[in-house]
Amino acid sequence: MDVLKKVPVREQEPKERARNFEEVCYGYNEAEATEEAGRCLNCKNAKCIEGCPVAINIPAFIHEVKEGNMEEASRIISEASALPAVCGRVCPQESQCEGRCIRGIKGEPVSIGKLERFVADYAREHGIKPKVNVPKNGKKVAVIGSGPAGLTCAGDLAKMGYEVTVFEALHEPGGVLVYGIPEFRLPKQAVVAKEIENVKALGVRIETNVIIGRSVTVDELKEQYDAIFIGSGAGLPRFMGIPGENLNGVYSANEYLTRSNLMKAFDENYDTPINPGKKVAVVGGGNVAMDAARTALRLGAEVTIVYRRSEEELPARVEEVHHAKEEGIQFMLLTNPTEILADENNQVRGMTCIRMELGEPDESGRRSPVEIPGSEFELSVDTVIMALGTSPNPLISSTTEGLTVNRRGCIVADEEFGQTALKGVFAGGDAVTGAATVILAMGAGKAAAKGIDRYLSEN
Amino acid sequence: MYRIMKAENLVESIYLMEVEAPLIAKSCKPGQFVIAKIDERGERIPLTICDYNREKGLITIVFQVVGASTYRMAGLKAGDAFRDFTGPLGQPSEFTAEPLEELKKKKLLFVAGGVGTAPVYPQVKWLKERGIEADVIVGAKTKDILILEEQMKEVAGNLYVTTDDGSYQRKGMVTEVIKDLIENEGRHYDVCIAIGPMIMMKFVCLLTKGYDLKTIVSLNPIMVDGTGMCGACRVSVGGKTKFACVDGPEFDGHLVDFDGAMKRQQLYKTEEGRAYLKAKEGDTHSGGCELDQKGGDR
Ligand SMILES: Cc1cc2nc3c(=O)[nH]c(=O)nc-3n(C[C@H](O)[C@H](O)[C@H](O)COP(=O)(O)OP(=O)(O)OC[C@H]3O[C@@H](n4cnc5c(N)ncnc54)[C@H](O)[C@@H]3O)c2cc1C
Ligand code: FES
Repeated sequence: MDVLKKVPVREQEPKERARNFEEVCYGYNEAEATEEAGRCLNCKNAKCIEGCPVAINIPAFIHEVKEGNMEEASRIISEASALPAVCGRVCPQESQCEGRCIRGIKGEPVSIGKLERFVADYAREHGIKPKVNVPKNGKKVAVIGSGPAGLTCAGDLAKMGYEVTVFEALHEPGGVLVYGIPEFRLPKQAVVAKEIENVKALGVRIETNVIIGRSVTVDELKEQYDAIFIGSGAGLPRFMGIPGENLNGVYSANEYLTRSNLMKAFDENYDTPINPGKKVAVVGGGNVAMDAARTALRLGAEVTIVYRRSEEELPARVEEVHHAKEEGIQFMLLTNPTEILADENNQVRGMTCIRMELGEPDESGRRSPVEIPGSEFELSVDTVIMALGTSPNPLISSTTEGLTVNRRGCIVADEEFGQTALKGVFAGGDAVTGAATVILAMGAGKAAAKGIDRYLSEN
Repeated sequence: MYRIMKAENLVESIYLMEVEAPLIAKSCKPGQFVIAKIDERGERIPLTICDYNREKGLITIVFQVVGASTYRMAGLKAGDAFRDFTGPLGQPSEFTAEPLEELKKKKLLFVAGGVGTAPVYPQVKWLKERGIEADVIVGAKTKDILILEEQMKEVAGNLYVTTDDGSYQRKGMVTEVIKDLIENEGRHYDVCIAIGPMIMMKFVCLLTKGYDLKTIVSLNPIMVDGTGMCGACRVSVGGKTKFACVDGPEFDGHLVDFDGAMKRQQLYKTEEGRAYLKAKEGDTHSGGCELDQKGGDR
């Protein structure tokens, strides 16, 4: 064994998986996990913990894995995280825990994400559940949205004895975990549904089909609950504003993914249709773009990702980009669409693009792309999927007086406790930061649970 | 689960249902819609609210069978239930937010076509409950498929019914009635609200533009979530892209790009679905009907 390298993880063959929706990565088995755990240096001053937005005691749980105490490992993780099977699969570990790992200075970091996933899967398969038995304190909290932020906040509050009800607009709980991230990356029944069951097992009630701001307003909730947490995400898709964007065959990634994931259009037995397209261009370079591209591929399309910067700036997780390439997704980098072209039936027949080059760094520190004059060319496609990012839905902010939002439509809330401008109302996750990550949303949900507890203990 | 308390076949392929949904019944206003999902496998079908009973917690919906999902819905009976039923979605009709004193000074004209009669009804009723009587034109292809005539009579000021084939009351399109009222009978209206097949709304708007009569239409594009998350429902209004489910469904008809909207509606219609539609009423107004054909394009 080469101690400088991660124990390799087994995956479905790229050729094979490009045609199905089963999970790409099989994860470690017990022997592999134990071996990988042996690579951990068990640092005293563990940098990896600092890199984790919810501060999981990483060396401690890895130590238990090495010793074969999976139940204890699971207990340590669940002290900090309510959704470990999810995070082990979708966190950008390379820029968080694994990015700080001392092993990574010379060689590859410890595969913390895969170990977390192993422990969570082991716990689920062996019926190990977080034990809680706290007396109820009689105080009621309403949580809006059942994504990672809402579920985490709800779970933590329930553990403190609060009576928590989660309100979800859609017909299934889970937020982006059910409607956005595809089955082949995050199995819905086997993983997401089970994690949600665990949250419910803490005594949390989830009411689906309730749209806050329409079915009930925040003000009405305030009459019935002692505090409110808003974790409504950033679901509003952005479009480019170029000609032809309303043609048939142009989708937001949210629509394409929702049809496939939430409505299960990829499965013949479900009623919702999807028109997958034969030649698909996905515009954007984030996780959402990779997911849309790999979904289209699995539905039988030939797929090209069109991104205006270079490979180095791709915001997607490294693993997703790697998987996408293995599966045969084409990358057209330093390219930006300028117009979508129609055939006589108002259906997409192509897309005009322009070549870009990198100029000066912008405020995000990334070098901003500039058009190369005269470099326009036509790309022949029948479907265009726009994965340009999303912003928070104004449904709640526009119906709640006194709640402040910034110029990007994000709810203003303090970072430490999630306190908004309204007394007793807290917020966190994508609704506050704009589209970010699962783990940051969970971190915000945790912070708000502390904030709510502090607020209700004082009052 | 959301129990169906009443299910009635109104005429031919048009059905009425009362569904138990207290939260929606408590807060809904005319102009808004719901999304219904029959079971685990069903689509999310948007349907305009046709009536509501706040005390009993009931929502009335009216829909026409135009494809697989609405066909499946028509098979449900009293005592059955929807797995999911959510709302109210969209913005309430503009006039519900106007100060009553202002509204009372206005003359409103409603134009309903086909199944569009259903969403017009709660608006006229809302006004009647506040002492305002509006004129209502109801158009149908033929006598046999006219719906809600009695109910409408009770709440409308003047009710004008017209059939394309002249089989009942007036003969001709709704646009001819509008013309007749304004040009021959010297009526004056401040606002026109037209709900029906896209093509009807388009022609009503072309006509009312000539009279400089403000016209509101209710659009029913393809939808998925109905909460602003997917953009499937986008329509071009005054050159700007709007999401019908959150910005609408009602818009200033003189600004709507009807041709673009009609083309987008065709998106999921299969050959089979189109044939079915042609044989039946043509276009329709009950939201989900546009997205429930499936098969040919997969
Ligand atoms: C396709 C895709 C792939 C992604 N991949 C990754 C990844 O690999 N790794 C990663 O870390 N992150 C990823 N992300 C980002 C991550 O999913 C989000 O940052 C995270 O889910 C945000 O959590 P949240 O709880 O704030 O919001 P959400 O998950 O968006 O949940 C919000 C919930 O609130 C509900 N809601 C909204 N408004 C209302 C209302 N008015 N009333 C009631 N309910 C309401 C919504 O329906 C939704 O269920 C991805 C996102 C997408 C879209
Ligand atoms: S239906 Fe999805 S945004 Fe309107």
